[in-house]
Amino acid sequence: MTRASLSLKLAALAGLAFLHIPLLFIVLYAFTTEERSYAFPPPGYTLKWFVVVWERTDIWAAVGLSLRVATLATLIALVLGTLAAGGLARAKFFGREPISLLFVLPIALPGIVTGIALRQAFGLMEIPFSFWTIVLGHATFCIVVVYNNAVARLRRLSPSLIEASMDLGADAFQTFRLVVLPNVGTALLAGGMLAFALSFDEVIVTTFTAGQQSTLPIWMLSELIRPRQRPVTNVVAVLVIAVTFLPILAAYYLTREGEAVAGSGK
Amino acid sequence: MHANIDTALEIPAVRFAGVARHFGAVKAVDGVDLSILPGEFFAMLGPSGSGKTTCLRLIAGFEQPDAGHIEIFGEKVEGLPPYRRAVNTVFQDYALFPHLSVGDNVAYGLRVRGVGRAERDKQAREALAMVKLTGMESRRPAQLSGGQRQRVALARALIVRPKVLLLDEPLGALDLKLREEMQLELKGLQRTLGLSFVFVTHDQGEALSMADRVAVFNEGRIVQVGPPEEVYERPRTRFVANFVGSANVLSAAEAQALGAPARPSSLRPEKIALMSAGASAPTGAVVLDAVIVDVSYQGPVRRITARTPAGLVLVAAVPAGQAGEIKRGGPVRFAVRSDALQPMESEE
Repeated sequence: MTRASLSLKLAALAGLAFLHIPLLFIVLYAFTTEERSYAFPPPGYTLKWFVVVWERTDIWAAVGLSLRVATLATLIALVLGTLAAGGLARAKFFGREPISLLFVLPIALPGIVTGIALRQAFGLMEIPFSFWTIVLGHATFCIVVVYNNAVARLRRLSPSLIEASMDLGADAFQTFRLVVLPNVGTALLAGGMLAFALSFDEVIVTTFTAGQQSTLPIWMLSELIRPRQRPVTNVVAVLVIAVTFLPILAAYYLTREGEAVAGSGK
Repeated sequence: MHANIDTALEIPAVRFAGVARHFGAVKAVDGVDLSILPGEFFAMLGPSGSGKTTCLRLIAGFEQPDAGHIEIFGEKVEGLPPYRRAVNTVFQDYALFPHLSVGDNVAYGLRVRGVGRAERDKQAREALAMVKLTGMESRRPAQLSGGQRQRVALARALIVRPKVLLLDEPLGALDLKLREEMQLELKGLQRTLGLSFVFVTHDQGEALSMADRVAVFNEGRIVQVGPPEEVYERPRTRFVANFVGSANVLSAAEAQALGAPARPSSLRPEKIALMSAGASAPTGAVVLDAVIVDVSYQGPVRRITARTPAGLVLVAAVPAGQAGEIKRGGPVRFAVRSDALQPMESEE
């Protein structure tokens, strides 16, 4: 193995710094005493913004809405994404490829297109905007994440495992529960966590499908325009980083471990 | 000639009547009739794509026939899913469940039948002991060698007491030494259990050494069924002669020239004797002078390819020590007894 040159190392460090220094600033300004602008260095440090956040009910309403939306959208995605993956992973039928593409399309399309399409569809069908329209909007791209994870794992699952199960006397339901699910379980968990994280910080589709309600990201956008209590958004951003980062990290480790398990099938 | 099993009093373990299975335009199985007897070790032998594996999958229930009937111990099984058939399969890739321990793999069939934990653990231990894997219950399949996985697959299939055991190229992934060991063991197990084993292989040596009867498949059909000696000694077609061992295939005229009936015939290389200079011809043998085209050394035998002045090319397998003065381009003298020639039904 050759060692990287100094300039390459510096370039890599610069890249990492570019990605992560802004995050540090978010954390830094969550503690600043200056509430109108972000001066560097902060004139002083305080924990009072955490108290302010704690006491503001509009924030907790937004957090609650985001959590409920993300939970429901993830559940819908887990059921429908797994079923779709089960149907498309192995079956060969006319139109399979176009259907696979249609499943993945919502995540490939810009969110703004999905958003407008959903908004117009809800309008045409005279469905009033509500909690459920947000959930449906999020489910469109959450399904893709679960589907992609599940379909990749199912394709690696040796088809003879399913045949072996049936051969030994298990019907389709027993085979799913005892053989398929244990082998795709970590992929579903990873997909579900990723879906949850995606839903939790989604802005664009939500903007088009929400009525008067604010999810957390929407609340933050509206808060940025206001001149006062700026560090409040920073405090919330820190919380969001924590909430989305932990599941993504967990998903990463779970799928990695899953690969080792699936690879040992032969 | 294959025995007419239909007249036997016993109900066949597996019976195919005019079974066909097509995949699009491909006739994977194209009108197969066969009867496998209870307690028989039956080999399905053929090149890849000859339909032998599809036949096995038709018995297991992974495929359904497009035409014809399949019976297992007299019961029609068309339309029955695999989990309603009293047959079990040992898969080519073993198909052990990677997320279950060896013990749970073996006990799987009992688990889905609702047998309690204690009872199925006990039976799994017994099944593992039968395949000489005592004490391996808590291992993972990934921790086992190929030969051990093979045994686990065997124990897992046998624990649910199938009426017929299906084996899909079960020894294909093992190295030669282990393969020979497992051949003996499988044969022994089959004798002890008295079960019908249906064994799919493309290895003619394996089929000949293990099976009570061999069915030779080609292009979705059975070309010949019979005991190994019969299939080897009296191949019915050129395909069987060449696939099961190697053979010289002679036209009717060539057979006649060697003193045999004027029928297309096969002649096994080892039936051609090498004559040393000055020796007199054995009675009933035709002596052929030929020029050596090629010689290859194969351990116990030397294969000599030679051409007679009449243009007949023959391959002879002679004991390696016997072939003293053999050189490419040199002369050779063969002796062929006319009764060594086996007439075939067709030259195809």
